[in-house]
Amino acid sequence: MSVRHEVRLWVAQRATAAVLAFCVVVHLATIIYAVRGGLTAAEILERTRGNAGLALFYAVFVLAAAIHAGIGLRNVAAEWLGWRGRSARFAVMFLSLLLAMLGLRAVWAVCA
Amino acid sequence: MRASRNHPAFWAFLVHRLSGVALAFFLPAHFYVLGTALDGAARLDGVLAWTEQPLVKAAEWVLVLLLAAHLAGGLRLLALEFLPWRDWQKTLAALAAGVSLACALAFALAR
Repeated sequence: MSVRHEVRLWVAQRATAAVLAFCVVVHLATIIYAVRGGLTAAEILERTRGNAGLALFYAVFVLAAAIHAGIGLRNVAAEWLGWRGRSARFAVMFLSLLLAMLGLRAVWAVCA
Repeated sequence: MRASRNHPAFWAFLVHRLSGVALAFFLPAHFYVLGTALDGAARLDGVLAWTEQPLVKAAEWVLVLLLAAHLAGGLRLLALEFLPWRDWQKTLAALAAGVSLACALAFALAR
């Protein structure tokens, strides 16, 4: 793996971390507010359905989380399991794509 | 225990890493649950009713704690890497732990 590629991944990890820091603060505040008095589908969907701003926010959140988690797991696999090379890259890329697809599907499910 | 590991910075690193791995493996389940809304509100309500069990609520509390811990630990790392505050390592680690616990307690009280 080239040094340039490693630097790109490092920058992507930090850039997504900065995006996620903002998103997680908003998400934590939202869930702490939303769970008061229990959760119902009607209550959740009433807030989220047709809300384009919320959909955009959570789409960005999902994509940043998918990239961040993939790079983070790649580092953990290399440092703790000694799992490097092509197979590790494909496994992590698969996991990132899976997270992105499942996450965007969830955003669609509650916001569309 | 080796001296290098008996240090707040090592524990902060370990908490950040373990919480990150746990969150990465929890996310698909979280997205799956939200995706059940595609089958209608009744299906999502069924899953939400399941989450009312005490053990599931306890697991949710742990997840919020992990999310807050990963957030606070990540902010600590960004501060260490991008700001000239290297003498503040222990303070930042303590601050990260405090913020995480405060978030988890607020969630537990609200839930």
